[in-house]
Amino acid sequence: MTTPHTRLADIVKTARQPLLEGWLANLREALGDGRIANAELTHQATDLLNLITAALESGTDIQGDGWTATRQMLEEISRSRAVQGFSWTETAMFVFSLKKALFTEVRRALGSDAEALAEATWQSNVVVDALGMHTIQTFQRSREGIILRQQEELLELSTPVVTLWDGILALPMIGTLDSSRTQVVMESLLQRIVDSGSEVAIIDITGVPTVDTLVAQHLLKTVTAIRLMGADCIISGIRPQIAQTIVHLGIDLRGVTTKASLADALAVAFDRSGLTVVKRHAS
Amino acid sequence: MERIPILRMGNLLLVTIQVDMHDRLALTLQDDLTTQIERTAAKGVLLDISALDVVDSFIGRIIANLSRMARILDARTVVVGMRPAVAITLVELGLSLQGVETALDVERGMRLLRRPPTPEPLRADHHD
Repeated sequence: MTTPHTRLADIVKTARQPLLEGWLANLREALGDGRIANAELTHQATDLLNLITAALESGTDIQGDGWTATRQMLEEISRSRAVQGFSWTETAMFVFSLKKALFTEVRRALGSDAEALAEATWQSNVVVDALGMHTIQTFQRSREGIILRQQEELLELSTPVVTLWDGILALPMIGTLDSSRTQVVMESLLQRIVDSGSEVAIIDITGVPTVDTLVAQHLLKTVTAIRLMGADCIISGIRPQIAQTIVHLGIDLRGVTTKASLADALAVAFDRSGLTVVKRHAS
Repeated sequence: MERIPILRMGNLLLVTIQVDMHDRLALTLQDDLTTQIERTAAKGVLLDISALDVVDSFIGRIIANLSRMARILDARTVVVGMRPAVAITLVELGLSLQGVETALDVERGMRLLRRPPTPEPLRADHHD
C-alpha cells in the first residue's frame, strides 16, 4: 500500500515519540509562560496525537467518519480555551504548532524521495490546516455563544420592575436605551401592569446617560402603550442636562407627566391613588 | 349573521368583544352601537377588548372612531382591558387613540364612567 495518506499514517505511527516531543517543544515556545499547566498540555497533546494517528488510517478528509473523535476532542479543547479567555492565536497555535514537528518527521522518513516527500508534506499540511480551521470555527462559535448569553443576561439584568406600593410600579432604567432593550422593558412593564392591576407606573431614567430623539421616541411609545392599557405613566429622574437636551431637540413631552425625582413621582402616584402620607406625632 | 352583543346596564352600555374582530363585524358594531346609544340615551360606553389578541390598523381606527361617534352622541367611551401585545401593536402602527379614555378592567372602567368627566388639559389636542 503506497497511497499517500497511509504513508503519512505510517510515518506518524512510527515517529510518534519524537513527533510528540517536537510538538510539545513548539507548543511551549508558542504559548510562552504557563497559562496552561505543563501536565495538562502534555496530556491534551498526547491524547490528540493518538486520535490523529488512528484517524489518519481512514484518510485525510477530516470531515469523514474516521475523524469524529478527533473533531470532538478539538471542539472540547477550543470551547474550554474560549471560556478561559484565550485569544484566537493562542488557540489556533495549539494545532498549528504540530505542523513544524510533523514536517520534520516527514523529512526524516522520506529524506531522499523528493516526490514522496512533497506529497506527504502536502498531505500533512492539508490535515493540520483543516484541523486548525475546525478549531477556530468552534472557538468562534463558543465565543459568539458567550457573547449572546451575556447579552441576554444584560437584558434581564437591566429590566427589573419593582412594586413601590400596592398599585404603583416603578421601573428604574439603567444604561443606554436601544430598540431591542426598550421592547423588552416595555413588554415586561406592560405584563406586570396587567398581572398586578397597577394603575400607576413610574419610569425612572436617572440611570440613562443620554436622551436623543430615538430614546425619547421609545419612551413616548412606552408611555402611550401604558395609557392605552388604562394605566397612568410618570417619567421621573430627568436631570437638568437631559431637560435641556429634550427642549433643544424639540421633543414634545406634552401629555406625559414628568418629575425631577422619583420621590416627586411617588408623591403624584400616591395622590392619584387617593393615598396620603402622614407623619406620626411624637408622643 | 354574527353580531357583537351590546348589553345595557342602567345608563351605560357594555360591549364585550369575545370573537375575532374582522372588518365587516367591526362595521356592523359601529352601526349597532350608534343606534343603541341613540335609542337608550346612554351616557357611557364600556368597550371591553380583553379577549382581543390581534389588531390591525383598521380595527384600531374603528376603536378610535367608535369613541368619537359616541362622544358626538353625548356618551363617554372607556376602552378597557387592552392586552400588552395589542397596546404595543397600536403604538407601533402610530395609533395612539388620542382622546380615548382607558382603564385596566371593566370594574375600574365602570368607576371611571360614574365619576364626573374631568377635563384633561394635558391631552387637550384631540387630533390624530
